[in-house]
Amino acid sequence: MPAVVYILKDGSERRVEVPEGTSVMLGAIQNNVPGIEAECGGCCSCATCHVYVEPAYADKVPPPDLTENDLLSGVAAERKPSSRLSCQINMTAALDGLTVRIPEKQSL
Amino acid sequence: MSHGLVVVGGSYAAAQIAASAREQGYAEPIRIVSEEPRGPYQRPPLSKGYLAGKVLPAALPLRSEAFYRDSKVELILGARAESIDLSGRSVVLSDGRRLAFDRLALATGARPRPLPVPGGGLEGVLFLRSLADADALRTRLAEATDVVIVGAGFIGLEFASVAVAAGKKVTVVEMQDRVLARAVAPGLAAFIADVHRAKGLDIRLGATVKELRGNRRVESVICGDGTSIRADLVLLAIGVIPNVELAQAAGLACQDGIIVDRFATTSDPRIVSAGDCTRHPSAYADQPLRLESVQNALDQAKTAAATISGVAKPYDTVPWFWSDQYDLKLQMVGLAAGHDSAVTRGTPSDGRFSVFYYRRGSLIAIDSVNKPGEHMLGRKLLTARLSPTPEQAADSGFDLQGLMAKA
Ligand SMILES: Cc1cc2nc3c(=O)[nH]c(=O)nc-3n(C[C@H](O)[C@H](O)[C@H](O)COP(=O)(O)OP(=O)(O)OC[C@H]3O[C@@H](n4cnc5c(N)ncnc54)[C@H](O)[C@@H]3O)c2cc1C
Ligand code: FES
Repeated sequence: MPAVVYILKDGSERRVEVPEGTSVMLGAIQNNVPGIEAECGGCCSCATCHVYVEPAYADKVPPPDLTENDLLSGVAAERKPSSRLSCQINMTAALDGLTVRIPEKQSL
Repeated sequence: MSHGLVVVGGSYAAAQIAASAREQGYAEPIRIVSEEPRGPYQRPPLSKGYLAGKVLPAALPLRSEAFYRDSKVELILGARAESIDLSGRSVVLSDGRRLAFDRLALATGARPRPLPVPGGGLEGVLFLRSLADADALRTRLAEATDVVIVGAGFIGLEFASVAVAAGKKVTVVEMQDRVLARAVAPGLAAFIADVHRAKGLDIRLGATVKELRGNRRVESVICGDGTSIRADLVLLAIGVIPNVELAQAAGLACQDGIIVDRFATTSDPRIVSAGDCTRHPSAYADQPLRLESVQNALDQAKTAAATISGVAKPYDTVPWFWSDQYDLKLQMVGLAAGHDSAVTRGTPSDGRFSVFYYRRGSLIAIDSVNKPGEHMLGRKLLTARLSPTPEQAADSGFDLQGLMAKA
């Protein structure tokens, strides 16, 4: 099963296995990884599942669609070019090892 | 010995009270009592992706088992809190157990409003609130040909989208003269109704239901004017009733909701309450109000947890809500009730626009259709009490983001 590495706010890392077909957000919720709130449960409506994709994986993750891109303009922490909504990143074998950094805050 | 916190209820507010209490450093025992057989899970997908088979059961739990274990939050499932013994500081459960508490949190939520007409008990007449309800509805939907939905609120219209997409003949019967009458202004309601009609939904406005007919199984819906609509599946989606009975019997102040203050405290200082079951003051409304939303359940729960942990954190988040119907992403922020003017930003015919609502010249709410960025910006503007003029709002070329930057 592919794994995702979450870099927490305190700088520590959590590596968890995330089944293909689920999302990076779900991987965090199901493994009690702190810092991803996901208030809308993955509907792409809340922007509280924000993560920064580490540079090494930037090219491997398919780009955000129009809705995600627009919603990203409203994240609570700083929006960077590496910003993504983790509910919109679907796990695939190709993303094994994907490393994402959890932002300072998820809500205003 | 400390008895800690007992939370009654098993959904968004209950789980968030427990999680936030721990984050705030509350170190006493925490027990959550829920009458449902499973721990807290998401309800919004039940009328959207879950029914359509796009959201799998494994994606529904709000928190993992690891969360409850690691945070030392005990889940007591399948047990109903029957009464509160205030002098004895305990809650009596349906299985006879008595749970002593130091602090009590009521997160009992709401239940679907029944339709008081003959035939409501026929087979094939369903409600949608719990996962069990959704499973029953999904099974029925697979076999059904003629679906009638009573109530054109969010749940009714979301279920209609799923049923129409599944190729069923679907009719919505609504008492009011427009869809989503409680939630959105007439212009947007008309836009949404048109989208549904174009997909094939039969919407009957200003129509009441006087009887559900059938022989064991429902066969038809009889409207107030005598019209009969064929039905082998009826969803009753005419709103909810807050679960206040437990609080009321214990003598807590209730009025269509458990009355709480800005700190989520009930009329008894040891007891807090959050979520769909409360009536609370709001910085965004003149009157205390009851909200039925994930945002309200989560944010009010954070306040309730702070209160329990001895931190004063008033609940003043701007209300927001979302709904997905077909490819419409509706997002609402603020409370549009009481607006005296409205302007549209963007072009409704493109299917991407926002409606800005004003009261005495100040922005009070924004409803967005497929404009999540404007919705998010709206949250920031309303939270900061910033108001673009109606002319600025209506001008798509005007940089609203710039208002935030200047503030
Ligand atoms: C189908 C559907 C779709 C929705 N879609 C959206 C949406 O898109 N966006 C949005 O913001 N909101 C949506 N909502 C509303 C949202 O789900 C609710 O606002 C939210 O669930 C409220 O959470 P709560 O914790 O206050 O109460 P509830 O979710 O009502 O939970 C209360 C819980 O307490 C339990 N309980 C009650 N009394 C007792 C007792 N005496 N003893 C033990 N247990 C008890 C109940 O069984 C229940 O599990 C939707 C709701 C439904 C049903
Ligand atoms: S969980 Fe809400 S946008 Fe990702």
